[in-house]
Amino acid sequence: MTQEPAIAFDGVVYGIGDLGAEFSFRREPGTVTAILGPSGAGKSTLLNLAAGFLTPDSGRIRIDGRDVTGLAPAERGVSMVFQDNNLFAHLDIRTNIGLGLNPSLRLDAAAWAQVENALERVGLAGFGKRMPATLSGGERQRVALARAFARRRPLLLLDEPFDGLGPGLAADMLGLMLEIRAEVGATVLMVTHDPDEARAAAGEILFIARGRIAADAPAAGFFERRDLPDLEAYLGGAAKN
Amino acid sequence: MLTRAEHRTSRVAGIAALLCVGLALAAPLAVLLSHGGGTGVSSSQGDYLLRITRFTLLQAGLSTLLSLLFAVPLARALARRPVFPGRRWLISLFAVPLGLPPLVAALGLIEIWGRNGIANKGLGLLGAETPFSIYGLSGILIAHVFFNLPLAIRLILPALERLPPEYWKTAANLGMGGLSLFRLVEWPAMRRSAAGAAGLVFMLCATSFTLVLVLGGGPAATTLEVAIYQALRFDFDPGRAVLLSLIQVGLTLVVMLALKLISAPTEAGDTKGGASNRPDVSGGVHAVPDAMLIGLGGVFVGAPMAAVLVSGLNADMSRLLGDALFWRAATTSLLIGLAAASLSVMLASLLVRARYSADARPGSAMMGLLAGLSSAAGSLTLLVPPVVLGAGWFLMLGGGTGQLLAPLAVITLVNALMALPFVMRVMEPAHQGTMERNGRLSMSLGLVGLNRLWQIDMPAMLPALATGFVFAVALSLGDLGAIALFGSDRIVTLPWLLYQKLGSYRTSDAAGLALLLGGLTMGLMILADRLGNRNGSGLR
Amino acid sequence: MRKYRFLPSALAALFPFIATPAVSADKALTVYTYESFIAEWGPGPKIEAAFEAECGCDLKWVGVADGVALLNRLKLEGDKAEAGIVLGLDTNLVAEARATGLFEAHGLDTSAVQIPGGFSDDVFIPYDYGHFAVIYDSEAIGTPPASLKELVEGDPEQKIVIQDPRTSTPGLGLLLWMKSVYGEDAAQAWQKLSKRVLTVTPGWSEAYGLFTSGEAPMVLSYTTSPAYHMVAEETNRYQAAEFSEGHYLQIEVAGLLANAPDKELARQFLGFMMTPGFQNEIPTNNWMMPAAPVTMDLPEAFSKLVSPETTFLYSPEEVAENRAAWIEEWLGAMSR
Repeated sequence: MTQEPAIAFDGVVYGIGDLGAEFSFRREPGTVTAILGPSGAGKSTLLNLAAGFLTPDSGRIRIDGRDVTGLAPAERGVSMVFQDNNLFAHLDIRTNIGLGLNPSLRLDAAAWAQVENALERVGLAGFGKRMPATLSGGERQRVALARAFARRRPLLLLDEPFDGLGPGLAADMLGLMLEIRAEVGATVLMVTHDPDEARAAAGEILFIARGRIAADAPAAGFFERRDLPDLEAYLGGAAKN
Repeated sequence: MLTRAEHRTSRVAGIAALLCVGLALAAPLAVLLSHGGGTGVSSSQGDYLLRITRFTLLQAGLSTLLSLLFAVPLARALARRPVFPGRRWLISLFAVPLGLPPLVAALGLIEIWGRNGIANKGLGLLGAETPFSIYGLSGILIAHVFFNLPLAIRLILPALERLPPEYWKTAANLGMGGLSLFRLVEWPAMRRSAAGAAGLVFMLCATSFTLVLVLGGGPAATTLEVAIYQALRFDFDPGRAVLLSLIQVGLTLVVMLALKLISAPTEAGDTKGGASNRPDVSGGVHAVPDAMLIGLGGVFVGAPMAAVLVSGLNADMSRLLGDALFWRAATTSLLIGLAAASLSVMLASLLVRARYSADARPGSAMMGLLAGLSSAAGSLTLLVPPVVLGAGWFLMLGGGTGQLLAPLAVITLVNALMALPFVMRVMEPAHQGTMERNGRLSMSLGLVGLNRLWQIDMPAMLPALATGFVFAVALSLGDLGAIALFGSDRIVTLPWLLYQKLGSYRTSDAAGLALLLGGLTMGLMILADRLGNRNGSGLR
Repeated sequence: MRKYRFLPSALAALFPFIATPAVSADKALTVYTYESFIAEWGPGPKIEAAFEAECGCDLKWVGVADGVALLNRLKLEGDKAEAGIVLGLDTNLVAEARATGLFEAHGLDTSAVQIPGGFSDDVFIPYDYGHFAVIYDSEAIGTPPASLKELVEGDPEQKIVIQDPRTSTPGLGLLLWMKSVYGEDAAQAWQKLSKRVLTVTPGWSEAYGLFTSGEAPMVLSYTTSPAYHMVAEETNRYQAAEFSEGHYLQIEVAGLLANAPDKELARQFLGFMMTPGFQNEIPTNNWMMPAAPVTMDLPEAFSKLVSPETTFLYSPEEVAENRAAWIEEWLGAMSR
């Protein structure tokens, strides 16, 4: 029996003209893929299509072999972590995680224990009653990871999640994310603009330029490639910054 | 986030603004009291007063409840539908009732809901035999909802639109249903601005006068404002007018405090046109009820305005527009409106900043007082009837004949005070926002004082400033109250001209003027919304 | 280019406050009145031209909302008022106006004044009058009530809009009319009438607006109202109902202020008021009946107006004394 890919885009088209995007790729279960590319190239569009926030004009998206193209975001088996605003600012930490287990917040004792467990897992035991504003940026992202951990969905989508945390903290978080991924057994698609982050965490790269996948390759040796003008422009631009 | 020196300046300026507002309110009342030598209230009047007070609070409470009951789901539906044809028009349209003289709106409402209105004709076609009558409490409520539902929506909608787009994505990702989304996300976001809107609506309804009498069906529907008007006008008893005004102010404040409608740090303001996309509700299942709700709300608010439009179009527009008197009235109205709005926005800015500065030092009794007074200033002014303020100022200035500047100044001042609660509610959250966003950065760049005000804070608040300014102009355009005592052949405003036409059988001219007045308000609102959007999007 | 047609007037409008023509006259007279009197289409501008031609002076109008506001303005200003004449009080306000002590006897021969039932006063001179009447829409009502009694006891589904006596002159007029006819039984009559009352508006404009927009087939107004519709709009649709008991009278008067800067000129104006130069402008500009002879031919419409045989009028003193109690009685009856 051949294993189904964890996620597959088959001729997915969204929008037209300069703003349009067209993606085809597949990823095996348990892989970590970094999505790179200049800003405005369509990285977030790809992630939003996978998450179900955008609906493709044509083409199919499959997750674990199941066609999810027409499904609502919550029905796709996906967890998502953004760069910012992952937590509802007016709800305390445990509620924010609890919503990941039951979106109507109808939780039994076992579920609440699961929430505590997830907090413990990310090193924030006892933070449950605090409000997001009283946490540091890094701590808030840990909570977001805790929620993803508690949800145990097969696909984890990350949209520049550790941007703005500082190099040391970002590396710690990246490590934590990889641990959690391994425990849950999830497949990861991670948008980043940091080549080091991609090198450290990802086994594979999707390089996006002008709404197309310019390169789909293993991470090893990718940044040393000289056959991609877009990549050179991207890295050159990044070096200047 | 302000420097120490900026805090000091803000507080001093705020206290100065408070003194101005306080003086502008208290001085005329004091002068009227001393003039009239208050006769007090006899016991037979006591029963009467008790009755009308009860009715005032009842109708204001019900009107507020209904307005908010519809405004909350409508604002929610509008936030869920960030893109549909005519959305921006609809939101601009929602500002127009604010600038309509109550009588014009009443006539528009009657075209729809009256005995011979469209609603009754429709029911007649369906076989209903006797027409339903709105005169009475139901008429008052319909009129107040017509005026205040759109206002409340405009105040509540920004609270939802300001939420970060990730919220809706997260909600979609987690699969939160409509009910839990409302309970856990939308309502907590709306609650504060809904309370602020409710406070404003309650005050507006408590002081309602023309609508209550015209649609109330008889003297059983009498508000305190009617008694104040009667005391000052027919009985010429300034003492009693002031006394009743104070009762009105006190009672309304007590009710608002009890319902916690006043202490709420109001959140409202710049309606940025482009709300976030809503992947959480993009499915077709949600679209139909949303569309129905928005459609119903649009028809409820739009139909009476359409009636005003239709009767206005029957007027001889080319003659009206060719009339020099019209242009004089329009210019005067606009000049007064612009001056009043400038003053109002200036006072509101100072008060909002002082309140922010005072809030930054919790625990200090003095600062608590400053914060409390600053927010009260945004309420009190609406509760003192303009006709009382106008009379007091008139007395202080020793009459108005021959002078032009003094009456113009008083009309401007009174209009500015009336607009203050609206403007403050629009500006407060925007100010809060810029303090949070740009505070640290400005301080780190050494941008302080006036420099910062001009380069950072003012541009950041421009959308709110524009909206507040236009709200104030619109209010002033539709206002008749302050001018009524002064009237001279040299100061002619649009509502004045409109009432003059109505008062001499020229109903069709008046309808034409009402159309022009409404059109002017609409135009200004669209201008403000566009201006706010352009600058807002550049900053976000 | 249509849009440029308004340019001159728009430019003039930019400077609205200097729009008043500068008249080079040594003598000047300021007259306080109500605004509809001096509206562009009112009698004011024509009277001003006629009087200025006669006196070689400058006549200045100051208009406030209505007669009641006029009196209030006087009370607020006291002896600081700059006017010489106050024009536009009605008889119900005369007692209070006299009590301010701001007026002075006119000392003129008023034999030219002709008012139904007669009116003579040493301080105030009438310049026009009208009877209150129920105006009906002949397209909605075939047979209008022929008496106040029929109005009170008629079909409750045929509605009338009236004005509030607490806030408006016609409202007070109807109150006094009912009192004149029903006396002690007025409260009961009001209770009956209240079933026919669609709504009670704060002023005449609101009521008449409701009436002309077709919301109610009857409204309280003046016997002269149909003249406007017949002359200016050329329609016979709106007519006054003649009541057999008689109609209540409203007389509008003018008075001389004791502090008038130029009393001689002010008296000259009061004299002029009783001549055709003033009176000719009243019928078709103020839509009231002239109080003194005119030299014009009244439009035919005026001959079709209801002209009551019986006239009711309480003396100013009676009104001043009983107004509060009668309004309370009205409130009680109407609030049931």
